[in-house]
Amino acid sequence: MDEFILIFRHEDGSKVASPEQLQIWMKQTMDWIGGIASQNKFSGANGLPFDDAKVVHHNNIVTNGPFGEIKETIGGYIIVKASSVDEAVEFAKGCPVLQGEGNSVEVRKIFKGDGVH
Amino acid sequence: MQGPLLFMEQQELIPHLFRSEYRKIVAVLCRRFGFDQIETAEDLASDTFVTAAQTWALKGIPQNPVAWLYNVAKNKAKNFLQRESTFENKVTVEVKEGFSELHEFEIDLSPQNINDSQLQMMFAICHPSISPEAQIGLSLRILCGFGIDEIAEAFLVNKETINKRLYRAKERLREEKIKIELPAQSGINERLETVLTTIYLLFSEGYYSVSKNQTIRKELCLEAMRLCYMLIENKNTNKPHVNALLSLMCFHTSRFDARINNDGELILYDEQDPNLWNSELISKGGYFLNCAATGNVLSKYHLEAAIAYWNTQQGDTKEKWENILQLYNRLLQIEYSPIAALNRTYALSKANGKMEAIATAEKLNLANNHFYFALLGELYTGIDNQKAKQNFQKAFSIAKTQTDKQSIQRKIDKLC
Repeated sequence: MDEFILIFRHEDGSKVASPEQLQIWMKQTMDWIGGIASQNKFSGANGLPFDDAKVVHHNNIVTNGPFGEIKETIGGYIIVKASSVDEAVEFAKGCPVLQGEGNSVEVRKIFKGDGVH
Repeated sequence: MQGPLLFMEQQELIPHLFRSEYRKIVAVLCRRFGFDQIETAEDLASDTFVTAAQTWALKGIPQNPVAWLYNVAKNKAKNFLQRESTFENKVTVEVKEGFSELHEFEIDLSPQNINDSQLQMMFAICHPSISPEAQIGLSLRILCGFGIDEIAEAFLVNKETINKRLYRAKERLREEKIKIELPAQSGINERLETVLTTIYLLFSEGYYSVSKNQTIRKELCLEAMRLCYMLIENKNTNKPHVNALLSLMCFHTSRFDARINNDGELILYDEQDPNLWNSELISKGGYFLNCAATGNVLSKYHLEAAIAYWNTQQGDTKEKWENILQLYNRLLQIEYSPIAALNRTYALSKANGKMEAIATAEKLNLANNHFYFALLGELYTGIDNQKAKQNFQKAFSIAKTQTDKQSIQRKIDKLC
């Protein structure tokens, strides 16, 4: 069983949703993760809030960000167990982030560190 | 009439005292002698009760039977220590000169020392070096004062097996040179985890036991709660998740009488009579859940206690099932178990509807679990009764106990 990270990319992180929308989105995300966990395929997850976000550039220049200059921001990630990338992609298809037009979920395999991968 | 009545009282007095006092005497003596002398401590405690039975039969029951037992146990322990010391002095006179002062043989059976000893004993027995099964067995024998017969009945195995299991466990703890003491503050959380796991297993053994003996099953549950309460009474072990565990056991036990019918068959949650739920235990559960609501760690016991709380709320409200669903979502992220996955899917059907729950259930991959097919049967009922029936039949064919088969058969009968 491999581990895959599903990275949530938001086209515009500064867009403000209504509290009701946020509530619905939160429940959908929790149910989505709970569904993966109920198959014993959940490894870990983290939300990445847009507050207190900085970008450190070449020459140690620090900016508030990454909004403004970069089109996409990362809103969070989840790590799942899957026997193939296709299975991980099936999990990703259920991610509520994808309801937002322009958003995407990037699926990447995680190094096992076992000397083979 | 007085004769037989007195006789009855006496009949019940010794077993009663054995259950409450044996474990205290063993804990104090064993702590005093060291874990490698645990059998001596057990023998002396048993001897004390034999002496009591013999003496009381002839001379009548003393005014204060507990104090009487403690005195006899103290004397027996002193004699033992003196014998040991005499032997050692004879062998190694020169190094042990002047060592046998009287206070060396004092045995402290004060309430404080009894409590400390029992708590330390709990940590010694719930040690990761022996199997959970052995931990439960030893806990029942040494911390709860259960007889070998009762332990055998609870596990549905013979006495021989239990004796062997306990013997091996004690040997192993001796090899590990286990000390009867509280772990240092730095390591207490880790060791506390094992203790809590054992207490929860002990509780589950009673709550879900295969044994049909209701009395023993209930006592297992109550003993688990008593041990957990001992941890709460000590400031070193009174942690939020310990309170959460006691809370969840209170909530579960509140339904103990409602979940079994007169024939010893299991009554499912939906079909229970809420009037039989014990409201006192429900409010105790609420109290300890409040006590658990401090600190910044959300343990699985917190989540399970909160789920158990919602299960004490009657009726199918939207709020109830949405809360249960979210609690299971988090619980499964902390620790997966098939039963939590199934319960989460049931809550999903109540909160989000059957179609979503069916789609999720089909992915659970629990094809050797009869509860899984029973759940699918439940979800398909009213949506596709043919499929519901097929799933119930599948559940029936792999269910192991007669009780499970009967309750599934009733579901099938209802469909037709």
